[in-house]
Amino acid sequence: MSAAQEVVTEAPAIDAVPKRAMTLGYGTSLVMLAVLILVPLFVKNFIIFQLTMLLIYGLAVLALNILTGGSGQFSLGQSAFYAVGAYTSAILMETFNVNYALTLPVSGVICFAFGFLFGLPALRLSGIYLALATFALATAMPQLLKLNVFEPWTGGVQGLVVTKPDAPFGLPISQDMWLYYFTLVITIGIYIFSVNLLKSRSGRAFMAIRDNEIAASAMGIDVALYKTLAFGVSAGITGVAGALGAIAVQFVAPDSYTIQLAISLFLGMVVGGVGWLPGSIVGSAFIIFVPNIAEGISKGLSGAVFGVLLFLVIFLVPHGARQVAVLGQQLIGKFRKS
Amino acid sequence: MELFTNQVLAGIATGAIYACMALAIVMIYQAIDHLNFAQGEMAMFSTFIAWQLMQWGVPYWGAFVITVAFSFAAGIIIERLLFKPLAKAPILTNVAGFIALYSIVNSVAGLIWDFTIKQFPTPFGSSPFLGSQLISTHQAGMIGVTLLLLLLLFFFFRFTRMGLAMRAAAALPESARLVGINTSWMIALGWGMAAAIGSIAGMMIAPVVFLEPNMMLGVLIYGFAAAVLGGLTSPFGAVIGGFLVGIFENLTGTYIPGVGNELKLPIALALIVIVLVVKPAGLFGRPIVKRV
Amino acid sequence: MTAMLNIKDLRAYYGQVQALHGLEFGLNEGSLTTLLGANGAGKTTTLRAICNMVRSTGSIEFDGAALSGRSTENIVRLGIAHVPQGRGTFTTMTVEENLQLGAITRRDRAGIVSDIERMYDHFPVLKQRHTQQAGTLSGGEQQMLAVARALMLRPRLMLLDEPSFGLAPLIVRDLFRILGKINREDKVTILVVEQNAQLALELADKAYVIETGRIVMSGSAAEIASNEDIRKSYLGY
Repeated sequence: MSAAQEVVTEAPAIDAVPKRAMTLGYGTSLVMLAVLILVPLFVKNFIIFQLTMLLIYGLAVLALNILTGGSGQFSLGQSAFYAVGAYTSAILMETFNVNYALTLPVSGVICFAFGFLFGLPALRLSGIYLALATFALATAMPQLLKLNVFEPWTGGVQGLVVTKPDAPFGLPISQDMWLYYFTLVITIGIYIFSVNLLKSRSGRAFMAIRDNEIAASAMGIDVALYKTLAFGVSAGITGVAGALGAIAVQFVAPDSYTIQLAISLFLGMVVGGVGWLPGSIVGSAFIIFVPNIAEGISKGLSGAVFGVLLFLVIFLVPHGARQVAVLGQQLIGKFRKS
Repeated sequence: MELFTNQVLAGIATGAIYACMALAIVMIYQAIDHLNFAQGEMAMFSTFIAWQLMQWGVPYWGAFVITVAFSFAAGIIIERLLFKPLAKAPILTNVAGFIALYSIVNSVAGLIWDFTIKQFPTPFGSSPFLGSQLISTHQAGMIGVTLLLLLLLFFFFRFTRMGLAMRAAAALPESARLVGINTSWMIALGWGMAAAIGSIAGMMIAPVVFLEPNMMLGVLIYGFAAAVLGGLTSPFGAVIGGFLVGIFENLTGTYIPGVGNELKLPIALALIVIVLVVKPAGLFGRPIVKRV
Repeated sequence: MTAMLNIKDLRAYYGQVQALHGLEFGLNEGSLTTLLGANGAGKTTTLRAICNMVRSTGSIEFDGAALSGRSTENIVRLGIAHVPQGRGTFTTMTVEENLQLGAITRRDRAGIVSDIERMYDHFPVLKQRHTQQAGTLSGGEQQMLAVARALMLRPRLMLLDEPSFGLAPLIVRDLFRILGKINREDKVTILVVEQNAQLALELADKAYVIETGRIVMSGSAAEIASNEDIRKSYLGY
């Protein structure tokens, strides 16, 4: 209503996580790796399936971490990219008989392009406004997928059934186990890629933009390029996750990819620790298992129990799992000194 | 042309719902500088309280007043108990808190009152307003209440000491403390007022969309969109934004072929986003100058 | 004369970084004191510590009452007005609203109205612009507004952080003249933190020099101003 402008000297909305702290130490990484490799050998197929989903959602949360924790852009629209990745894979496999493994890079590239293109108009938006725009994208996606005009490919409201692949070379392991290790390899690959991305020049550019966009631009960083790049990479990884999800669940349908998914991924990021890549798997575990636990505690009040558990987590560790890890490191450090 | 005018008028009528919700949203934004996703749920819960009071025989206006007072108190209590501890936590953690609150309120409402649709009375009756087929007396009443609220808020912020203090606390918390304002309590007050306004919005909206725990989700999203469109710093903008969103929604449904109910929401949101790309601070918001 | 403000062993921290290392000084009631020192010496931190805007340990007593543990707004309500660095003007509000905010903790409406008139007497330019948005005022005018706002509290102690910053010397002279008047006539104890030592020493009765978080020199303003070694080592002129 007035012409005078609000002058804002902003503290960054996203906490800066020092570069060094964005990953785990070598020791802890090896332990985690060992656990991830060995556990499936000892459990039933259904648990293996859940572990596969754990990795898949972990990837999606990782992607969001790169976007929000890395470049400071807030997105509530990741479910849209996940859906595109899932459907791309499903359509390629079922309509065009493409081998499942090959659908992953295609999904990744398509989603990268989609994310990059979305990032362009999003350049003008930030904070609340970007959240709204991404929210719009997420709510639109299930409706777009249901549109009659796309039905021959998408299967409309019913969606598509996806064939689960067998282990190659006639290996004597179940489909679930094969899919798990396949996903694990891809997850590790993407994780390493992400860590290196954030340590690279591009990563530093992302973080400079996150911490102070104007200063970054004054330093000569092509803010537009890096912001859209961040969107693209994030969307691409989410797309790969979506593709894996489609294969694991053996089915894609519009109502599987609603705003609920986007919100869950957001919560996963916060619980894991924003910007802390290893936390992605903790966040993923939270969003997969805690709703089940909540329902187990009280069927009628499952939402309320979930909310209470979420509050407990954020009261105890407002900075997410990263806080726990930092505390652990400090304790180990003290131990070593004494 | 006549169809167009009719749709615009109908849009204004439905837009009053969003305008009312948008006022509550702008209220909370003024107080805490972010959007509270749980606000719609809190409004819904308040409306259920009003309904329950009326089930127990309390007359409409009595229930109305009690509900508004209760909501004001509840807003303050929720802020003090759940969000004051998070004051030093990162914003995203606070957002997770809003989501948690949403989940809790929605679930508890569902348990207490179940998910069947209930009728909620209107004090304005539902006959055609001035004979018009498009606007009922209730909708006219709703527009009236919204405008009255807007006026009250305007007076509050411009002409009262408390309003001045709240504006100061929201604008520059540190400077506000340096004149002796307890900024923490200003936030609590902001929550109380937003909850109270939200409850009024809920009670206005329920007669139209029918009372059930999930009634506010769509309204909340449109309300956010309206508040953002109008410019988050302007209550006046929020109301205009609400009417515009109602109009967008209606025109979209009428003129764009193949757009059923489901696509109205994303398209309306997309239109708003387009406006934001052109005018990032919203139609009436103060352009924010960022300084390094 | 009793010490109105007494600071003992003040240590202040920004996160892990320690900015004040055992600061000690006192202010007598009615005095006009200046705290001088180079950039980064800890002058602003001292003022912030008094108002509990930064984490600190040590003892700060105002009129014999300990200030530690009180919130900033409660410290202000004890009668300490702080004009911060950068002035902290509410730029989106009018000049008059800024003044009203200065008195927001007071109940005496008539007193507030007459005080606003007095501010306009001290600073006529504010009266001219009283319905204007504060953000549209020039630097010097905003500084006057900030001082006026602080005075609306009817403070017993006024803290000013680098009021001369970014202002032309003539304006600073004018401002300092008014500060002197306020100190003498309204009996407001004043502590001015300044980098511009020369003008500050002309204004003040007493001076302290701070370096890396400790007081290294104190004395009357005249003594400090006339001591060439001090001026060259600590004050740069």
